[in-house]
Formats: sequence, structure tokens, C-alpha cells
Amino acid sequence: MKNTSDGAMDLRFTPAQEEFRAEARHWLAANSPAPGSLPSLDTPDGFEAHRDWEQAMFADRWSVVSWPEEFGGRDVGILEWLIFEEEYWRIQAPVRVSQNGVFLLAPTMFEFGTDAQKARFLRPMASGEEIWCQGWSEPDAGSDLAGIRSRAERSPDDDGWLLTGQKTWASRGAYAEWCFGLFRTDPGAERHRGLTYFLMAMDSTGVTVRPIPQIDGEPGFAEIFFESVFVPDSQVLGGVGQGWSVAMATAGSERGLSLRSPARYTEAASRLVSLYAERLDRDPARAARSADAVAQAWMDAEAYRLNTYWTASRVLAGGTVGPEASANKIHWSETDLAIHRTALGLLGPEAELTGGGGVAGNPWLDGFLFALAGPIYAGTNEIQRNVVAERLLGLPRA
Amino acid sequence: MRFAFTEQQTEFRDAVRQVLTKECTPDDLRAAFDTPAARTERWTTLAEMGVVGLTVPEPRGGLGLDLLDLVPLLEEAGRSALPEPLIETTGLAAPLLAAFPSDRSADWLEGIAGGQITAAVAPVDVISGSVGSPAGQATVPAAVGADLYILSSASGIHAVPCTDVMVTPVPSLDPTRRLGTIDWEPTTTTLIASGEDAREALAHLADRASVATAAELLGLADRMISIAAAYAKERNQFGKPIGSFQAVKHLLAGVQVKLEFARPAVYGAAWSLGQVEPAGSASGSRGASLAKAYASDAATEAARVSLQVHGAIGYTWECDLHLYLKRAWALAESWGSSADHRSRILASLVEELHQTQD
Repeated sequence: MKNTSDGAMDLRFTPAQEEFRAEARHWLAANSPAPGSLPSLDTPDGFEAHRDWEQAMFADRWSVVSWPEEFGGRDVGILEWLIFEEEYWRIQAPVRVSQNGVFLLAPTMFEFGTDAQKARFLRPMASGEEIWCQGWSEPDAGSDLAGIRSRAERSPDDDGWLLTGQKTWASRGAYAEWCFGLFRTDPGAERHRGLTYFLMAMDSTGVTVRPIPQIDGEPGFAEIFFESVFVPDSQVLGGVGQGWSVAMATAGSERGLSLRSPARYTEAASRLVSLYAERLDRDPARAARSADAVAQAWMDAEAYRLNTYWTASRVLAGGTVGPEASANKIHWSETDLAIHRTALGLLGPEAELTGGGGVAGNPWLDGFLFALAGPIYAGTNEIQRNVVAERLLGLPRA
Repeated sequence: MRFAFTEQQTEFRDAVRQVLTKECTPDDLRAAFDTPAARTERWTTLAEMGVVGLTVPEPRGGLGLDLLDLVPLLEEAGRSALPEPLIETTGLAAPLLAAFPSDRSADWLEGIAGGQITAAVAPVDVISGSVGSPAGQATVPAAVGADLYILSSASGIHAVPCTDVMVTPVPSLDPTRRLGTIDWEPTTTTLIASGEDAREALAHLADRASVATAAELLGLADRMISIAAAYAKERNQFGKPIGSFQAVKHLLAGVQVKLEFARPAVYGAAWSLGQVEPAGSASGSRGASLAKAYASDAATEAARVSLQVHGAIGYTWECDLHLYLKRAWALAESWGSSADHRSRILASLVEELHQTQD
């Protein structure tokens, strides 16, 4: 999709884009499971139900619209992807169980992967046949990601690597088929050097997975132990020793445009306004006390939408997303929290009720717990503030 | 979807920045604090560049452009805390005079484009849509020394020459605001719009003013943050620049994020108001409110943070910082506080929800 790179500002979509929107809306309305009807994707049944949904989307080429057609996409641009996301969240379609692969690994693979890697991995990723988890954090490497100690040594036959170490907080690690992550291939090199980006099958000999129940009680995390796990050379992404810069490309997409499209928040904010209006009829005095926060949460979501289109226009004109991605991550994560925290305030004594079916029985509470993770994952907001201060404002490093 | 300024708009902005960097220095601002004036040499320079007449129709000597073109220039005005009334004259009065022609509007428009006429505009309450404040007679910014007054009465909107008004100055924390109360008599000669036309024009005026003011606040916020960041790099404590401490970094980063997100909100609102959709349309007005609330909050936080980063020196008359703080505080509460605008947004959203449910 071409964007007019000159001409006056115009925030309207083209007729072709509106047609694309109508097609997406039509397909989603006919196919998407009812909101909240699938079990949590962190349960075994829920994981498979979400995988089935990915497969249904893939069958009609809706799972990865921005990818080239040969990998199951529609080869559309960033604006169409944002339009698709608006329709996706409008109808409250299921959370994407394949998001680690589709939104985080895939952009890196398109940039750094070999043709053979793309041919091997992208279609099963898009169809949900192979679901990926992320092997970044370690017990002693969280915000200080360069402190990674898991290592990789050459295999005796010199045809690959033997991976040893421990990864933790791997979302969807309890069920995923594949894992991408960083391992130290040169123990003598300085922190950021000597790291390599690997793609590992979770059923490889020597991999042990220990699920970790999250705050909602479901095993959304896993620890992954690697004991001399053989990984062939064909599963190194980017060059040996290039892991840090390859990984940072993924981190940029995670915080920047691809992981959290604004529709997620604008839709949640509309539902918050509806909740407010409903409470206003029942208990006006109580609702009035939340009015300012409701308006602020709606504004935060709307500002995020505008900022995303502003950034998308810059990218379409050949610009890049640099340290602004850090500002972005701070904003969306705090917006998500503000929306859900405000909803709980409106619910009052009902906020803590789960209805007996676990946290998922109260979507606002479930969303609140999910939102609480936002300022932590993808690089804590404290780390992002350092990036904004140092790279946007030029303040000196500590 | 093309959400970006054109090369021409960007170049004009850069040219204005260059001029104001030279002609609107902190020393110039101190001089303006001592002797505030509606028209200055700097104003003449801006008129010659086409800035002042930007929204004046071409046949009257202007550039015939709109709010969207003006926004980047207002940002520059804010960055330099320009004391002259660009919002009132170019942002508000000229478009109104052009939309509601009268016997004298051609002369006034030509005078504005030429830099000989500045305007004051009586604020409209963004919640009630009526003129003035419920607390009493409205104080009008840019009133002292203005040549033309855009005022409202029960009969409609009036354009009143300075010979027909009596202005009583009202002191402000920022003397360049030139606040005043205005005594005047509405007549049929001064009336430029009445009835539904006037009601719509006032609603649109409130939206435009909110966005124009928001644009100046963006520039002010950016200036305060950059002054504070520069200070944090040069001021040493514990043997290091204070800007290397996370406590200081996070203060500045937090407000920088707010500013980054306020910008597209203001630009998007300016674009929306320029569309053919009816003046005062719900989504256009919400956009204007979003712009004003976001920019006000970014600027007041920038004021708070930049003062904190400076420590005691920032609290002095000698330090330039206060020249920008005071304008930011004044503009943040003009044309609706951020709380006013949040309230306006929520009322509009709930109303729309009820309409779709009916």
C-alpha cells in the first residue's frame, strides 16, 4: 500500500482502505468467537481453543495481513494493519496466542532471517501450528538483559550449538512449541557482545519446562531449563555474536508499533465510558466521583491512537521509530492501567467479585491484572524513562 | 491518511523559529514585562513575513491559510513566549471577520495583515458556550492597547473599534497578557453575526481558541523542558551532572512523554476543525478539548518539573525560567482548564452514547 508522501495533511482513509475495513469487519463478524467465550489461553484447553482461532484466521488470510502473500498474508501496509486491528478489537475477538511469534519474532525474522528460515518458520507461525515463546529473561538478567549467563558452546561434530542455562518468565512457555532467545556464545566478550540469537524447538532433548502460575493462578509463565540442548547452525538468527543488535530490533517492534495497536485501548476506553454511563443512571453521585478519571482514560487512549497514526505516517515517509518507542511503551502501558483502574473504581464493591469462575469471570478485573504487567514487560517503564532521558533529551548516562 | 505537515509548513515554521530566536530573547521578554505593548517592531517583522496575516484572505493582503497552517507557528510563538497577540489576532479575529463581512471588515483585515491592527477576543466559556465567566465580568486577554475587540452580547457577535470601548487594565502574573475588562455598548453597526450563525460561530471560536492556545502551550512545554535538560547537564552535585541521576531523569522523561503525545493531539484537532464538517461538531469539539487538556497538562507539568530540576535558582527573578512558567500557567487556565475540557469530553461522549441507544 502506497501512502502519499507529499500533499496536505489528511486523516481520512482512502476508499480502498475503507473497503478493506468493511471486508475485515464482515469476516470477523461472521467468524470471531463471542467475546469472552474461549477459556483463558493460559489453560491447556484455552491454549488449543485460541490456536484453533488462529488457524481459522490463517485459512482466510486474516492472521498476518501485513505479511507477504507467500507466507499467508495479504501484503498490506501499516495503515491497513491498524485498520484490521481496529476491527479486531471493536468486535472483541480473542487475544492472539501467537503474538510472540507474529508480532515480535516475525519482524526480526523478516529483517535478519535466511530464506530457508523464512520458508521453514513463517507459515506455521502464522497458522498457529507452531506457537512461540520468548526466552529473554533469566534469574539474574531482567532489566539488565545484557547480564545473560545462559551459554552456547560448539557441538562436538561442529554442526551446531549446545545450549545450557535457565530462562524464566517466558509467557506461554508452558505450552509453546518453539522458543527464541539469547545465549552467550563468547564467554570472553563484553556484556553486549558475544550473544547470539537462537531458535529452539521446545521438544528438543535436554529442555525442561516448569510452568509458573501467574497472579491470576493460571500457568502463564514458564521457567525453561536447557541442559546441553543441541541447536543446528540453521537455527541461528542473524550472525553468531550479533544477538544483541538482532534482539534490540525485536524489542523496538515490541515497544514501538507492532505489539500494542491503539484499537485495544480505544475500544477498552469506549467500554469504560459505557460502564460510566450505566453507573451514572444507577448511582450518579458515585459515578460523578470517577468522571474526571474516565475522561482522562478516554483521552489517553485517543492520544495514543493519534500518536500511532503520526508515527505510522513518519515511517511511511521513510522515517524510523527510534527512542520514541520507549515513550510509546510508557504511554500505552499506563493508559491500559488507567482504563482498568478507573473501571474498578466505578464498580466499587463489585470490583473484587470473580463470579466463581476465576478472574476471567470479571473482565475488568482480568484486564486490570493483565494491565499491571504492562509497565514491567518489554523493558520496565523505569528503563524506558532512562532511554527517553538519555536519547531524546541527551542527559548523561549514570 | 497522511498525518504530517507539508514541507512548506515545516519551512515556514523553521523561518519563524529563526526570527524569534533572535527577536524574542529572554531579555526582550523582560522588556515586555516592563512595558507590555500590543504592537512592536517584532510584530511588524512577523507581519512582513506573512505570519500575522496568515489567515487573512489573499485579496485583503493575507495568505488565505487556516488554523492547521498556523499551529506550527503558534508552537514557535510559545517556544519563545511571544508577547504579542498572535492567537487573538490571527488565530481568532481574522477568520471571524472574513467569515462575517461587514462595511469595515475589509479595512480591518488589511490592517491585520499589515501589522497595524491587533485584536482582543472575549473568551467563551467552553462548558456553557456563552461569553464571560459565571464568576463575573470576563477579563479579556490582549485587551490593553488593542485596536479591535471581538465581543459578544445577547444580540450576537460584535467587532468593536477601540474608539468605542473603555478598557480597565487587570493585573496578571504575566504582564504581557495585557488583561482588561471592557465597557462597551452593542450597536447594530458593531454587530457582525446574530442568531444561529452567532451561536455556531461562538462554539467554533471556543474550539479554535482551545487548539490555538494548546499549540502555544506545546511550544512553551518544549522550551521549559529543554531549558531544564540543559541545566541538568551543566549543574554538578556529588561530583556529577544532576542529569545523570535517575530521579532527575525520570522527572524530565515523564513530562517529555506527555509532550510527545500532546503534539499529535493538537495537530489532529487542528486538521479536524478545518474540515467541512459543521462547526462545533461533536468529534471536532472533543478533539479540541483533548488537545487543550493534553497540552495544558504537559505544560503545567513541564513548569513544575523544570522548576524542580533548577532548584532554588529557578525560583528567582534573575533566572529566565519564570518568563515561560508564567505564560504556561496563564494559558493552561485560558479557554478552559484541563478539568473543564475533560468534563466537556465526557458529557459529549455520554450524550452520543444515549443517541446511539435511542
